Amino acid sequence: MTAGAGTLRLAGVSVRLHDRDLVPSLDLTIAPGEVATLMGPSGCGKSSLLAYLCGALSPPLSASGPVFLGECDVTRLAPEDRRVGILFQDDLLFPHLSVGDNLAFAVPPSVRGRQRARLAAAALAEAELDGFLKRDPATLSGGQRARVALLRTLLAEPRALLLDEPFSRLDGPTRSRVRGLVFEHARRRGLPTLLVTHDAEDAEAAGGPIIRLPGWENGA
Amino acid sequence: MSGSRRHWWDAWLHAAPTTTLALFLVPIIVGLVATWIPAFGYLPALGGTTLSLDPWRRLLDAPGLDGAVRLTLLTGLVSTLVSLAATIVILAAWHGTRVERAIRRLLAPLLAVPHAALAIGLAFLLAPSGWIARVLSPWATGWERPPDLLIVQDPNGIALIAGLAIKETAFLLFMSLAALQQIRVHDDMTVAGSLGYRPFVAWLKVVLPQLYPQIRLPIFAVLAYALSVVDMAMILGPSTPPPLAPLILRWTADTDLAMRFVAAAGACLQLAIIVAVIAVWAMGERAVVLCLRPWLSSGRRGGRGWAPRVLSGIVAVSFALLAAGAIAGMAVWSITSRWRWPDPLPTDWRVANWSNALPGLGTSAWTTLVVAVIATVIALALVIGCLEHEQRHHVRPTNRAMWLLYTPLLVPQIGFLFGLQVVLVSLDLDGGWAALIWSHLLFVLPYIFLALADPWRALDERYQRTAGCLGASPARAFWAVKLPMLLRPVLMAAAVGFAVSVAQYLPTVFAGAGRLTTLTTEAVALASGSDRRIIGVYAFAQAALPAVVFCAALVLPAWLYRHRRGMRR
Repeated sequence: MTAGAGTLRLAGVSVRLHDRDLVPSLDLTIAPGEVATLMGPSGCGKSSLLAYLCGALSPPLSASGPVFLGECDVTRLAPEDRRVGILFQDDLLFPHLSVGDNLAFAVPPSVRGRQRARLAAAALAEAELDGFLKRDPATLSGGQRARVALLRTLLAEPRALLLDEPFSRLDGPTRSRVRGLVFEHARRRGLPTLLVTHDAEDAEAAGGPIIRLPGWENGA
Repeated sequence: MSGSRRHWWDAWLHAAPTTTLALFLVPIIVGLVATWIPAFGYLPALGGTTLSLDPWRRLLDAPGLDGAVRLTLLTGLVSTLVSLAATIVILAAWHGTRVERAIRRLLAPLLAVPHAALAIGLAFLLAPSGWIARVLSPWATGWERPPDLLIVQDPNGIALIAGLAIKETAFLLFMSLAALQQIRVHDDMTVAGSLGYRPFVAWLKVVLPQLYPQIRLPIFAVLAYALSVVDMAMILGPSTPPPLAPLILRWTADTDLAMRFVAAAGACLQLAIIVAVIAVWAMGERAVVLCLRPWLSSGRRGGRGWAPRVLSGIVAVSFALLAAGAIAGMAVWSITSRWRWPDPLPTDWRVANWSNALPGLGTSAWTTLVVAVIATVIALALVIGCLEHEQRHHVRPTNRAMWLLYTPLLVPQIGFLFGLQVVLVSLDLDGGWAALIWSHLLFVLPYIFLALADPWRALDERYQRTAGCLGASPARAFWAVKLPMLLRPVLMAAAVGFAVSVAQYLPTVFAGAGRLTTLTTEAVALASGSDRRIIGVYAFAQAALPAVVFCAALVLPAWLYRHRRGMRR
C-alpha cells in the first residue's frame, strides 16, 4: 500500500519568535519513505517548525516559506486539508473515546458505516492489538498507547509524517520496538518523514539525513 | 458546503465577544442613565419635565433614610468582613487536609441554595417560634410560649448579617479554591515548611499575598451584593427602617407616583454608596499591607495553629449546620399539618400541602425553569464562543475586561433595574419573556464565564491540533473532541448559571412586572405572610430545583464516562 504522494520539500522555510529568527532559512527535501532527523537544543524552534508544517503555528511565533508535498503547495491549506500526520511526545489519545472510536475518528469520511470500524479493527490486528476495540485508552500500557496513536495517525491516510519526539516517554525495549514500528510503516507507505529528537540513538535508527539547528544563543 | 459551514462557524466566534459585552453592558448603561435622569426630576411619563434637585431634597428628608443607610453600611461591611475572615482562616488552618477536601465537596450544594430560600429557612430556624427554640423549650429556656423577642428582623440586622455571611463565605471559598489552582501552593508551602514555618503562618505569609489579588474582584462583588441585597433583607432584615435597597423598592411600588422620583434618587445614592465603600476598602487594603509587611519578614514561624483550627472549625460547622437546618426546616414545614409549640417535630403531617399549592406552584415553577434554561443555554453559547475566540486569536482578557465582566455583579441591581424598567415600559416590553430572560442573562453570563474559563483554558490545545491533523475540520474537532472532553466543567458551569437564574429576585420583579412570577418572587412575597406550610412548599421547591440540576451535572458525566478512566479527575 503506497499512499505516499511524493517528496516533502521545504523551500527556504524560516521560523521567527517576535522578530528574531529561530530557524533561519531551511531548504530540505525528504524522499518518500525517507526519515530525516532534526536535532538541536531546546527552544531552537524544532517543534515550531513541525507546527508550521501541519498548519498550526500560533503567535507569537510566525513562519514563512513554501512547503510542497509532491507537486502540491500546501502552505496555504488548512491543517485538516494538508493530510500531514503528526505524533507528539504524549500520545494524546482522546480520553473520552474508546480505542476503536479513536481510530474511527481518523478514518476519512469517504469510508462509510461499518467499514470504518472494520478498518479500525484491521489496523489493531496488524499491530498485534486484537480485541482492543472497546478498550478505554487510559487502561493501556505506554507502548500500547503509542502504537494506537501511530495507527490513528496512519488511518487518516497522511501524505507525510511528522514526529515530535514521540519516543521520549518510552523506555528500553518498548522504545526501540515502537520506533521500529513507526519507521517501518513510514517506509512501507512511502511517507516522507521528519523526526525531531534529542536522542542520538533515535537519529541513528532513522537512517536518513540529519539536520542540526543552531540554538539562538550560539548566534543564529 | 464545508466552506459555508466554516464561514458560519468563524462568524460566530468572531461576533461572540462583542455580542456578549453588548448584551450585558447596554442594558446596564441604559438602565443607569434612565435612573439618573429621573433622579433629577425629568420623567415626562410621570409629569416631570424640568431638571431639578427636588427628588434629592425629598430623599434626604425621607423618614428613616439615616437609619437605612446606617443599617446598609453595617450589615454590608460586617457580613463581608466576617465572610472574608472565615474564608482566610478556614483555608489557612485546614490547607491540604481532609477537612479542606470535605469543604470542597460541601460547597456546591451550599452555593446552589438561592439566597431567598436560605433566608426563609434561617427564619424558620432562628425565630422565637422557630425550630431551635422549640427543641430547647421549655426545659432549657424556660419559655412556655414563643418569647416576644426580635431574633429575626432584629433592628441591628444580625440575622441578616448571619444569612449573608453563610452564603458569601461559600462563594469566597469557592472562588479562592479555584484561584489557588493557579498558584504553586504545594511548592511554596514545602519551601516555607523547610524553612521552619508552621503551616498556618506559612499559608498566611506565603499563599495569602498571592491569593488576595486574585479574589479581589469577587470580594468587591460580595461587598456590592451585601450592600444592596433586597430579598434576604426583606426576610431577615428589620423593616422599620429596612436597609436602603428594600426601602427604595418600597418607594418604587408606592401608590404616590411622585415617590418614583425619590426612588430614582435613592437608587443613585445606592450606587454612590457602593462606589464609596469599594474605594474605602481599597484604601484599607493598602493600610493592611503597610501594617503587615514588617510581620511578613519578621521571621516569626508561628505556633501549632490549634486556636485558628478550633475557631474556624466552629465557624465552618455552625455555618454548615445552620444551612442544613434551614433546608430541613423548609422541608419539614412543607409537609406539616399541625406543629404545636414547643413540640420538636410536627404531630400531624400532610403531603397534600404540595398538591394544594400546585396550581400556582406549577405556573411559577414552569416560568422559573423556562427562564433559567434559556438564559443558561444562551449564556453558555456566548461564553464558549468567547473562550474559543480567545484561544483562536491568542488574546487574553485584560484586567480591564475582567472589570467589565464583573460590572453586573458590582453595580447594585436596584441602581439600574429601576431605569431599565422605565425604558421597558416605554417600549412596551415589560412583563414579557424576552425582557425577563435578558435580565437574568446579565447575571448568568458572568458566573458561567467565571466557572468555565479556567478549565477551558487548561485543556491541552494539542488535542485539537491532533484532530485537525487527522483531517477533522475545526467544527468537528470542537464538537467531537473538545466539547466532550470538557463536558464535566461545561455542565457544572451550566448548573451554576441555572442556580443564579433561579435565585434572581429583583430582576424578576422589575422585568416580570408582576405578570411573570418565579418561585423566588412568590416565595419572597409569601415570606411576610404567616402560613409557614405554604412558605415551606415554595422555599423548598426554590431550593430543590437548582440542587437537582447540580446533581445531574455531577452524575451525568460520571455515568457517561464510567468506562473512561482518563476522564475522571
